[in-house]
Amino acid sequence: MRVMVLVKATKESEAGEMPNQELLSEMGKFNEELVKAGVMLAGEGLHPSSKGARVEFSGAQRSVTDGPFAETKELVAGFWLWQVRSMDEAIEWAKRCPNPMEGGGVLEIRPVFEAEDFGDEFTPELREQEQRLRAEIADREQ
Amino acid sequence: MWRIEAPRLIAGLAGFVRDVGLAEDLAQDALVSALEQWPDEGVPSNPGAWLMAVGKRRAIDRLRRGKVLERKQEELGRDLEMRQQEGGSELDAALDDGIEDDLLRLVFTTCHPMLSTEARVALTLRMLGGLTTGEIARAFLVSESTVAQRIVRAKRTLAEADVPFEVPGNEELPERLSSVLEVIYLVFNEGYAATAGDDWMRPALCEEALRLGRVLAELAPQESEVHGLVALMEIQASRSRARVGPSGEPVLLLDQDRARWDWLLIGRGLAALERAEALGGAVGPYALQAAIAACHARARTAAETDWARIAALYGALARLSPSPVVELNRAVAVGMASGPAAGLELVDRLTSEPALAAYHLLPSVRGDLLEKLGRLDEARAEYERAMSLTQNEAQRRLLTERVAACAAG
Repeated sequence: MRVMVLVKATKESEAGEMPNQELLSEMGKFNEELVKAGVMLAGEGLHPSSKGARVEFSGAQRSVTDGPFAETKELVAGFWLWQVRSMDEAIEWAKRCPNPMEGGGVLEIRPVFEAEDFGDEFTPELREQEQRLRAEIADREQ
Repeated sequence: MWRIEAPRLIAGLAGFVRDVGLAEDLAQDALVSALEQWPDEGVPSNPGAWLMAVGKRRAIDRLRRGKVLERKQEELGRDLEMRQQEGGSELDAALDDGIEDDLLRLVFTTCHPMLSTEARVALTLRMLGGLTTGEIARAFLVSESTVAQRIVRAKRTLAEADVPFEVPGNEELPERLSSVLEVIYLVFNEGYAATAGDDWMRPALCEEALRLGRVLAELAPQESEVHGLVALMEIQASRSRARVGPSGEPVLLLDQDRARWDWLLIGRGLAALERAEALGGAVGPYALQAAIAACHARARTAAETDWARIAALYGALARLSPSPVVELNRAVAVGMASGPAAGLELVDRLTSEPALAAYHLLPSVRGDLLEKLGRLDEARAEYERAMSLTQNEAQRRLLTERVAACAAG
């Protein structure tokens, strides 16, 4: 399964304060561990909401509001996309993350919808063809 | 917790005792201690280091008890002495580096060619994936005792043959690496072949294989075929949502809704392929197959597919490992790139190929090319021949439609 891990914003992150050198290097190490474990799929930090914008929908209407936005604790300062086996594994990894904010950070873990990835399936032609091909390649390699 | 720590723990202990089977037992022992002690004493700040320390203490106890392992004790003594000479934080760093090497050694050991394919798969998923015997059994549709037996036998085989716990030297490396890649790809394909009624552990094998591949790419970043395999798996996995229709029918690659492809995985796959290419060209079988898959992934619509490049890649694949099936694929690509007459010319060379005599795709490809050339009677005969060679209901239905179209045509 995949989870999105949201790093919640704080007053400081919304003010555009950059993390200190120590946190950056600890975060770098943590990310490296995620990569080495095959967990990390993607991850980015986000600028404060003052640089963002919202498009709001009301029926056929669209209205644009520029940031910053007020409800700091609901805002997102960064995210990861992780490949994990379970929510438990995701929580365990999240606990190993260095505190992402100098004050008090919050990570929110949300499982990604996996649409019926694997429906009932016959063997499509190309698939079978590919498998044969692979089998032959494997034979030859042995 | 176990799944995060198991591979590193087993690898580290195997590096210590030079015996993979023993290392796994020790890791289990350490876990049992953790389950007993942590609820009372609290989870240590570094659970991995705690488990490793307990595992090593157990290892020393066991080795002291067993006279059989004198030689190992000697090795162990040397090892301890050496490590004692190293200092505080340097030691930590050394151990950390050591773990990476031990993990790589562990992969090569669990995928040792002397083991049967089933044993390699079971051992790898158990030790590097941290899967339980039950999970492996469910994934491969066999009984738990079968898997347990495979693992026990595999460990015994490795111990009896005294297989060294090491990364193979240059001479042996290509063959040993291809054994590792084969195991990972086999796990992936097993998951890819899963059907809806299956236990969820089966499709999860795709994710396990991808994770193993990504881990291996970090452990052996200089091996182009590792990145080639990762690229191939990422791109194939990117299509999993699109390759099955709403009522469970298969959707062929060219008919798939590309908006349903997973573009994150495609991006990762293309990046992995670039790494493979940067390491001396995409010249291995996995990198070549990945490059073919990438041609499809790069085309925004089926009509934009770069068939000339695909044909050239199949040509390279055919030179690497000549096979009539690869040749047939090449003919399809040539037919798309240079017109049906050119494709037919290649297919006609294959009609006397004994390996393809009972292969339904040969007449179905030939029929398709003939139909495009307007030779409908011949095309219909080929489709009918293909129908007589396939047991697959969906394919028969498809072929029936094409026979009818030719007859009407």
